[in-house]
Amino acid sequence: MLKHHKKIEKNSILLLIFTVLVISVGGIVEILPLFRMETTIEPVKGVRPYSPLELAGYKIYIREGCYNCHSQQIRPLRDEVERYGHYSLAAESMYDFPFQWGSKRTGPDLARVGGKYSDEWHVQHLTHPQDLVPESIMPGYKHLAHRGADLDTIAEDMKVLRTIGVPYSDDMIKNARRDAYAQAADESDYHDGLEERYPKAVYRNFDGEVTTTEMDALVAYLQILGTLAELKNYHSAPTTMEASND
Amino acid sequence: MNTMNSTPNYNDDVVKLFTIATVFWGIVGFTVGVFIALQMAFPALNFGEYFTFGRLRPLHTSAVIFAFGGNALFATSYFSVQRTCRTRLWGDGWSKFTFWGYQIFIVLAAVGYVTGVTQAKEYAEPEWYADLWLTIVWVTYLIVFLMTLKNRQEPHIYVGNWFFLAFIVTVAVLHLANNAAIPVSLFGAKSYPLWGGVQSAMIQWWYGHNAVGFFLTAGFLGIMYYFVPKRAERPIYSYRLSIIHFWSLIFLYIWAGPHHLHYTSLPDWAQTLGATFSIMLWMPSWGGMINGMMTLSGAWHKLREDPVLQFMIISLAFYGMSTFEGPLMSIKTVNALSHYTDWTIGHVHAGALGWVGFITFGALYHLVPILWKKQALYSMRLVSIHLWIATTGIVLYIVAMWFGGITQGLMWRSYDSMGFLEFSFVETVMAMHIPYVVRALGGGLFLLGALIMAYNLIKTVRGDTVASTISDAEKAHA
Repeated sequence: MLKHHKKIEKNSILLLIFTVLVISVGGIVEILPLFRMETTIEPVKGVRPYSPLELAGYKIYIREGCYNCHSQQIRPLRDEVERYGHYSLAAESMYDFPFQWGSKRTGPDLARVGGKYSDEWHVQHLTHPQDLVPESIMPGYKHLAHRGADLDTIAEDMKVLRTIGVPYSDDMIKNARRDAYAQAADESDYHDGLEERYPKAVYRNFDGEVTTTEMDALVAYLQILGTLAELKNYHSAPTTMEASND
Repeated sequence: MNTMNSTPNYNDDVVKLFTIATVFWGIVGFTVGVFIALQMAFPALNFGEYFTFGRLRPLHTSAVIFAFGGNALFATSYFSVQRTCRTRLWGDGWSKFTFWGYQIFIVLAAVGYVTGVTQAKEYAEPEWYADLWLTIVWVTYLIVFLMTLKNRQEPHIYVGNWFFLAFIVTVAVLHLANNAAIPVSLFGAKSYPLWGGVQSAMIQWWYGHNAVGFFLTAGFLGIMYYFVPKRAERPIYSYRLSIIHFWSLIFLYIWAGPHHLHYTSLPDWAQTLGATFSIMLWMPSWGGMINGMMTLSGAWHKLREDPVLQFMIISLAFYGMSTFEGPLMSIKTVNALSHYTDWTIGHVHAGALGWVGFITFGALYHLVPILWKKQALYSMRLVSIHLWIATTGIVLYIVAMWFGGITQGLMWRSYDSMGFLEFSFVETVMAMHIPYVVRALGGGLFLLGALIMAYNLIKTVRGDTVASTISDAEKAHA
C-alpha cells in the first residue's frame, strides 16, 4: 500500500482527484436517495403551502434568527409528545425552504405552537416577553409592531418558490397581495377566496392595529404552525406516543 | 527540510496580512461570543432591533469559524506550503486577491447578519451574493495552492499539504451544494434555496458537520502537521499512520452529518448510517492526535520548557477529548438526552476553543517572530500566562455546559409521582442561569488570554524586548 501511495503523493492532481472521489461517497449515498420522495415524505392530508401573509411571517422568523433558539421538530419521545404534541412528520415541513427544525432549545419547540396561545398573548409576548413570563430570556421585538409588513412584492417570492417545487397556482400568485391584506383584516370581501386557496387559514386583525404590520405577519405564521396536518387520519402503525396525544 | 543553502524567495507579505487578520478577527469573534453569552445570562443586554441574540449569534459563529479560523488557515497554509515545497507561493497578485476578497466576504456577511439578511442555515447564513463572491475567492485559493504544489522542488507532497488540499476542495464542494439558491431579485438580498424540508435538513447538516470536519479539523490538522514537528524539531511520529488516518478521516467524516438529525423526520436509515460512521470516526481522529503527540518522542523535555509547544500539545489533548465526546453524543440514546441542550454547545467549544483556538495560538506564536524577522517573542512569560488563563476559561466553559446541558435534558424528561411532566419549560430556563454566568466568565477568560496574546505579538513586531519595557515603565514614573 505504501508503495502505491507514493504515486499519489508525488502528483498533486492525482491527490486532488482521489480526495474528491473519497469525499463524494458518503454524500451521494446519504443524500441522493432522499430525492425519491415517496420513501422520504409520506403524504399527509391538510399540509399546504403558506398563505402570502404566513409566508411574510416565515421570512420575519428567519430574519430575526428565531431558529437559533427554537426548534420546530418534535421527536417521538414520550416527554416531547406530552409537552409539545404529536411528533413532527416530514410532510409538515416540505414547503419550508429552508427547513426550520433548529438545533437548540433555549426556548421551547414551536412546531405545534399554532392555536395554543391567543393573538394578544403573542403580540404582548413578542413585544416584551418578560411581561408575561418574567423569567424568560427572550429578546423583545417591539420594532415588529411599528413596521408595515412587506406584502406588495410577496408574489415575487411565491414565483421563486414555485420554480423550486412549492405548488402555488396562478390564481394564488395573482391574488397574493389581496389575500395577504385580507388575512390581516377582521372583515373583508376576499375571505372566501382566501379560505378556498388556503384551507384553515386564520384570518383576523392579529395585532389590533389599523395597518398590516410585521407583527400581523409573524403571528399569522406562528398561529398556523403544526395545525395543518390532519393527524387523526394519519395512518401509521399505532404507537403509544400517538395514543397519548389523541 | 534543510533549506539553509538556497532559501527560495518566499512570499511572506501575504502571510503577514492573514496573520494580522487572524488576531484581529479572533478578538472580534471572541468579544461577540462573550457578549451573547452574557445576553443569555442577562437578557436585558438585547438592544433594539440589530443587537438581539438571534442576529448576533451567527455573527459570533461566522466571526470565529470563518474570520478567525479562515484567516488562520490561509496564513498557515500559505506559510507552510512554501516551506514544504521549497518554492515561492504562486501568483503574488492572486494570493493578495484572496486576502482582500476574503475580508470583503467577512464584512458582507457580518453586515448582513446584523441587518437581518440570512439564509437561516447554521454556518451558511450569508446570502447568495456573498456566497457567489466567496466562491470566486475560494476557487482562487485552490488555484494558488495547487499551482504552488505543482511548482514544488520536493518530489513528495508533505502530509500537511494533503490535509490543506482536502480542506480547500471539500469546503468548495460543500459550499456549492448547500448554498444553491435562487434570488428573488437581482437587486435584493433574499433568496430561496433549491432544497426544502427533509432534503434541506440533510444537506444542511452534511454541510454543517463537514464545516467542522474539513474547515475546523482537516485544515487545522494541516497546521498541526507542519507546526508541531517544526516546534519540537522532530519528524512526524509515523508516516504510515499519516496515510491511514488521512484517508479514513476524510472518507468517514462526510457520512457523519445525520447525527445532527436523530429522531427527526429524516428517514431512520440515514440516521443510523450517520451514527455508525460517527462512532467509526473516533479511530482516525485519535490517529491524528497520537501522530501529533508522539512526535515529541525523544523531545519530551521541550514540552517542559516551551509554552508555545504546550499550546500545541494541550490543543491535541482537547482534540482527543472532543473527538471522543462527539462519537458518544452521536449514539441515539445519548443524543435523545443531549440534543437541543447546551451540552452540544459545550462539546463544540471544547473543540473550538481547545483544539482550533490553541493550535492557532501556538502557530501564531511560532509564526510572528519568523515573519517579522525577530529573534524571539517579546515575552515567553506572557505566553505562559495566556496558556493558563485560557485553559482555565475553557474548563469553566465546558464544565458549566456539561452541568447545565445535562440538567436541562433531565428536567425536560422528568416526571412526578403522578405521571405528569415535573417541570414547565421556563423552570428549565431558570436552572440555566448559573451555568450561563459561569460560561460567560469562562469565555471572558479566554478573551482576556487572546488580548494578552495580541499585546505580546504587537510588542514582538515592534521589536520591543522585555528589558526595554522596564525602562518604559521607569520613564512613565519619572
